[in-house]
Amino acid sequence: MSKKPRPDSWYQQMMDRHVSKKRLGRNLTIAFLAGGLFAALAECADFLLQNKTGLAEQQSGAIVLIVIVGVTALATGCGVYDRLGQKLGAGLAVPISGFANSVASSMLEHRSEGLVLGCGCNSFKLAGAVIVYGIAGAFVVALVKLIFGWI
Amino acid sequence: MEIRQKSRQTWEFVPGVSVIAGAAAAGPREGKGPLKDDLDQVFPDLRLAKASFEQAEQSMQSQVVDLALMKAGLTKADVGIFFAGDLINQITPSCFTAMEVGAPFLGLFSACATFAEAVALSALTVAAGAANCVLAMTGSHTCTAERQFRYPNEYGCQKPPYSQTTVTAAGALLLKADPKAKVRVSAVTVGRVRDEKVTDPFKLGAAMAPAFADTVAVHLADLGRSVYDYDLILSGDLGREGGAVARDMLAKSNIALPEERYGDCGVLLTAGDKNYFAGGSGCGCSAAVICGTILKRLEAGELRRVLLVGTGALLSALTVQQNQSIPAIAHGIVLERSVQNG
Repeated sequence: MSKKPRPDSWYQQMMDRHVSKKRLGRNLTIAFLAGGLFAALAECADFLLQNKTGLAEQQSGAIVLIVIVGVTALATGCGVYDRLGQKLGAGLAVPISGFANSVASSMLEHRSEGLVLGCGCNSFKLAGAVIVYGIAGAFVVALVKLIFGWI
Repeated sequence: MEIRQKSRQTWEFVPGVSVIAGAAAAGPREGKGPLKDDLDQVFPDLRLAKASFEQAEQSMQSQVVDLALMKAGLTKADVGIFFAGDLINQITPSCFTAMEVGAPFLGLFSACATFAEAVALSALTVAAGAANCVLAMTGSHTCTAERQFRYPNEYGCQKPPYSQTTVTAAGALLLKADPKAKVRVSAVTVGRVRDEKVTDPFKLGAAMAPAFADTVAVHLADLGRSVYDYDLILSGDLGREGGAVARDMLAKSNIALPEERYGDCGVLLTAGDKNYFAGGSGCGCSAAVICGTILKRLEAGELRRVLLVGTGALLSALTVQQNQSIPAIAHGIVLERSVQNG
């Protein structure tokens, strides 16, 4: 196993001179604005659903999430999402749209290997980590809450 | 034919191994690029009417082989040995192509340096008299390589500006002991694996630059030449930023490679297309640029001597995830116009 490079090695220094930097400030700003805009739109939709149809908060929230997942899957299939993702970055990746895209893109990619071993087995290749560590994390948090409850 | 071994890495062929034909093909994006007129075939869509992109890649390889044979007026039965490779695991597209060609087959992998490796071995084989006519072919497909080395094609992650994108392109070159040909392979330099401990799989240009600089320096020293003995020194797919790092490294070894004598196949093939970020990558870059553009320019007399140093990043998805560094290799081939046919 090779070791990680020392940041002060002459090659790393020379590489840093020529390789352009990620535009972190710009990326963060765009992600913040885009993510905020999507969240606000979803919140508006949620609000409208509750007021116009009289749905309970939990139900309307679920409907909004389903619509976001569906639209994302459609945009992924149409080849639009990856281009938007390049521009908007974390603004699109952090909300549930990022999760939906990771599942849809993996399934599309492995379609030629069959519905079961291709699409089925690979659908959570990228998103699986979120589920595994999400559940594991939730278990730990619940355990801490339980212990503190006893104390 | 005389083979002069100049060092452990470099062989010179006198008078040179003839290039009797070459063919280049590319996908829709590359087919709209600056080198579109030099390509023998442009595929309007990435699928090539096949069930999978892997089969499309293989079909592209078969077609480029057929084109090269057709141009030379030869058949598959005339091919003595077939050297080929690609970027896919176990080089399966090349294996299927080799089955169609039917010639004795040697499958190769040096990542994106595979084209230079295939031509170097072909030239050595012909020069040694082991075969009369040898076919070298490599190709890459954006939809098969991207998903293997990076992410699914439709995954919406944000790629950094220094990243590169695999091109859809292929090239085939036919080499033969033929005194009448206009273009010859006159020398080859086989590279050594270099590793400057770059671990970011998006910085492949910078990871490959040391291998490029090493092979260029060894090649020039072995043959007692300077960069001014070449009209053009091409890297395979260092990209804009890798190219800058490589020229800086060469300058440190007192080899000033002027901008007007340097080019990168990946950048040339995809210039102006922002979807490729720092430039195109893949073993289709050097294959298509050499078999298309450079061969035509040499035949026309616009170029006299060109050094291609194909560059390959020897990584896999596994080594990257296990935090291994990215070793790289670069092989050099010299193509030049035959003097007696002026």
